[in-house]
Amino acid sequence: MAEPATVSTAAAPIDGAAAADSPAIHTVDLSKRFGKTVALAGLSMTVPRGEIFGFLGPNGAGKTTSVKLLLGLLRPTSGEAWLLGERIGDLGTRRRIGYLPELFRYQAWLDAREVLALHCELAPLPRSTWKEEIKAALNTVGLSDRADDRVSTYSKGMQQRLGLAAALLGKPELVFLDEPTSALDPVGRHDVREIIRGLSARGTAVFLNSHLLSEVEQVCDRVAVVDHGRVIASGTMDELLSGTAVRVRVSGLDEAARARLEPFGPLDDEGEHLTFTKLDVERVPELVSTIVGLGGRVYEVQPRHQTLEDRFLQLLHEDES
Amino acid sequence: MPPVLVFARLTVQEASRRRLLLALLILTLLVVGFSAWGFNKITTVTRSDGTPLPPEQVTLITSQLLIVVTFMYSGVLALSAAVVAGPLISSEVESGLLLSMLARPVRRSEVVIGKWLGLAVLVTLYAAGSAFLELTAVNLATGYLPPHPIQLVAYVAAEGLALLSLGLVLSTRLSGITGGVIALVAWLMAWIAGVVGDIGTGLQNPALQNVGTVSHLVLPTDGLWRGAIYAMEPDVILTALRAAGTAGRANPFSAVDPPPAAFLAWVVVWFGLMLALSIWSFRTREI
Repeated sequence: MAEPATVSTAAAPIDGAAAADSPAIHTVDLSKRFGKTVALAGLSMTVPRGEIFGFLGPNGAGKTTSVKLLLGLLRPTSGEAWLLGERIGDLGTRRRIGYLPELFRYQAWLDAREVLALHCELAPLPRSTWKEEIKAALNTVGLSDRADDRVSTYSKGMQQRLGLAAALLGKPELVFLDEPTSALDPVGRHDVREIIRGLSARGTAVFLNSHLLSEVEQVCDRVAVVDHGRVIASGTMDELLSGTAVRVRVSGLDEAARARLEPFGPLDDEGEHLTFTKLDVERVPELVSTIVGLGGRVYEVQPRHQTLEDRFLQLLHEDES
Repeated sequence: MPPVLVFARLTVQEASRRRLLLALLILTLLVVGFSAWGFNKITTVTRSDGTPLPPEQVTLITSQLLIVVTFMYSGVLALSAAVVAGPLISSEVESGLLLSMLARPVRRSEVVIGKWLGLAVLVTLYAAGSAFLELTAVNLATGYLPPHPIQLVAYVAAEGLALLSLGLVLSTRLSGITGGVIALVAWLMAWIAGVVGDIGTGLQNPALQNVGTVSHLVLPTDGLWRGAIYAMEPDVILTALRAAGTAGRANPFSAVDPPPAAFLAWVVVWFGLMLALSIWSFRTREI
């Protein structure tokens, strides 16, 4: 098994009395194996209340497994975790949690209002509040005018909006959003970012699982990058994106020549454009002369602050090596 | 409403909205109409001398034909229960439909019991409704009513519930198609094993008889079917079958005795075991 990684220092397990002040999420060495495959290797992290926490990673890194473990849909192989001060699997805690699954699907033979009423009933919310809750949720996700249409007539994007509406019911203290914009157009993605900010503003912690890095970069207070079931980096955006990246437009470099650029750090090779995802600006002249020395022609050099994508690729590159 | 009843209601609602109930109603009305016409023809049959059949013979023929028609109904019910129960949980796990609901304060046992309950209501209603329509039609056409109509409904419904319970167990682990096919094959095999048991009775071969007994214990559908047959047999048939000795017992469309109390007790235990197994299987499944 890989070495456990820590997102932030774990506090002692939380007793019931301290539950009200407890973090939204707290895990200690949470691990999951499927047979011989390690899906999650020793996840330890604490997500405070009201924080928007981004959980990043490539496909198959263990992001959805983590969410399912926290929600009690999977059983951990080892380790412990608490949500809102209670151990995972506690039924009462689930009243205070919202969840939009990556694989979102709702009863095609119900209309949106009925689906949300079903979730109000299962939550369970007092019946007197259903009408207002449903109205507010539909309004927030922009489905008010289609509320009485059967889900079977919805596009995938509309179904994802409906799932988001279900996750918002009852003003949860913690919301898990697993790839919440995978089916949405740019307008929808903007709307979701606004919804997430609104949740945080009212004190709801948001656990955002995503591989859409620009989305995470725009809304998250803190992120953790997971790969092969391990957290390979974590921190605030400022902590993570302290370096610079350099994007170069070149021609005339074959594979062998590109391989000789390795001393300049992790490289995102997009053909004509090469992005050195972490490179000090002071080394740009050296880089240009090296490229020219290898027979390449430089058309454009663009130093910039590292984006989350640069950092993400750099981290994955370092993890692989 | 408790989650169990929410899931039961949802199951009934889905069958209704997906027009399963409407399809069954239309098909049942068609079958009842055709069979009423057929049964009525029995009363118009004449003997070679041109005289109509005596009432005793009409009763005899009607009772035997009714057993065959009921076999068709029990088959439809068993097939429907297996086909609907097979994907009851597996399809919702595979599609992700259950994910957001299981993240609510809902126990998996409540999902299993609720879904079983919803389908059980449908199976029982179908058994009672179709039996009422069919028996009313037969009664109007021929004047015949089987001796124990309530027991008939109970046994046919229980047969459907048995298939439903088996399909539900399989649905907690296998895909809908696989679970449905296994349940159907199991139902057919149980019936054939019952026939083998009958042959064993006729031949007085204990080994073959045991095949029937064991099959009744593993999947009690055939045993329940025999109960339904017994509920439809008039005294004149029972007397004749008893007079025929072991040969009278060697027939998959006849029953000389009602199902023993021990068997009925086992059926109750069997249902409990199937539900418990479904709950355990779903609770330990990782989604």
